[in-house]
Amino acid sequence: MKILVVGGGTAGTIVANNLARRLTAETRSGKVHLTMLSASDRHMYQPGLLYVAFGQMTPDQLYRDQASLLEPTIDFYVDPVKKFMLDKNQVMTEGGKIHNYDILVIATGSRIVPDETPGLTEGAEFFYTEESAVKLYKRLREFQGGRVAVAIGVPHKCPVAPVELMFSLHDYFKARGIRDKVHLKYYYPIGRIHTIEAVAKWAKPEFDSLGIEYETLFNIKEVDAKNKIVKSEEGIDVEYDLLIVVPQHRGMEVIERDNLGEGGWIPTDRHSLAMKGHDNVYVVGDTTNLPVSKTGSAAHFQAEVLAENIASIVKIGAPVRDYDGKIYCFIEAGRDRATYSMFDYETPPDLKPPSKPMHWFKLSYNQMYWTSVRGLL
Amino acid sequence: MSEAKIIDARDTFCPGPLMELISYMKRANVGDELELLSTDKGSVNDVPEWIAKVGHELISSEQVGNVWHIKVRKTK
Repeated sequence: MKILVVGGGTAGTIVANNLARRLTAETRSGKVHLTMLSASDRHMYQPGLLYVAFGQMTPDQLYRDQASLLEPTIDFYVDPVKKFMLDKNQVMTEGGKIHNYDILVIATGSRIVPDETPGLTEGAEFFYTEESAVKLYKRLREFQGGRVAVAIGVPHKCPVAPVELMFSLHDYFKARGIRDKVHLKYYYPIGRIHTIEAVAKWAKPEFDSLGIEYETLFNIKEVDAKNKIVKSEEGIDVEYDLLIVVPQHRGMEVIERDNLGEGGWIPTDRHSLAMKGHDNVYVVGDTTNLPVSKTGSAAHFQAEVLAENIASIVKIGAPVRDYDGKIYCFIEAGRDRATYSMFDYETPPDLKPPSKPMHWFKLSYNQMYWTSVRGLL
Repeated sequence: MSEAKIIDARDTFCPGPLMELISYMKRANVGDELELLSTDKGSVNDVPEWIAKVGHELISSEQVGNVWHIKVRKTK
């Protein structure tokens, strides 16, 4: 049986490693072949980008060689898919190679598309890539005071990042002794300051006590970079000195090009994680169209369920678990406090007060991630 | 007029029904109808509030069992 994992991010890597361990005997005997195709020979710990933006990590600390993270029974190729041929159970790579499969796992992830918002690339800073995070850090370092506007594109990866950014900005400017010279304002797409009600209820008084202003129902329409004005779909114009955005995301181009899913998000069964209409194709992580957060945490929990199910399909011919929507997100509340949000399809998030130990746990997790992505944690 | 596109945002806390609707609305064409399915009773208020502020059209809002069906049209 040939199992092909397309994508070497958090979801794809955990699925592949978890499968390799569950199917050790089958891969050694040649009954199962595990293959991964990825666009890169490096693996990035993406949550670290926020720390890079504030000078708390350097980019080299975010990467490991992808091959070093994978079980040796996984055939790994840096050769991304150019075309999915689901009717033939085949994919064709950019390198021109055809891979056949019996089971396909699509974990191609998401990408930022700042160019889809007029003026955004010219007028705004962001931190969702290595280059942009370093650039933002340099902008922050030279900033001496003025209006900092933070606005959020939809959809976006890591929904707690916007509030983490605000707390980090506050603490950063405070540490530099210029907080009183900085007008910090947060613009959020829906009618409260975070989509998770419990996070909104917690963050609002925190923002108030720290002097962080906010405006809700603000969706970025365009940026006038020359005059430093960000305009919303709702008809609001905001002048700024420094604009920081969480850019709008899409799925990967190949997903849209091959008509696998509108916006690059593949229609996926919320429990089995099967691609709708395809029994032998599964989707994990950001690539799904599920109404769940696009985060490493969702990718992690989905990947564990999927790997267990595929291994069970190999061994007994049937899956054994449903994905229940589980997500666990750390929320940094500045430079020395953190809390977390945990929920699933049925259970709403219940936020705990931020604490230093939770921040230390988050810092530890920044290293433990490499154990997690190997499928050990 | 084509059928409304269904956005199944039932049993979701993050990104939540309104955020899902905004996401789909960005990709929709002017004139498209979208029908949001939500189990969050807050959607009955926050979706019409956003629709009115942007200037899209609220077509209908009804509760069927524990699911709210909110139909909207993109107008610009």
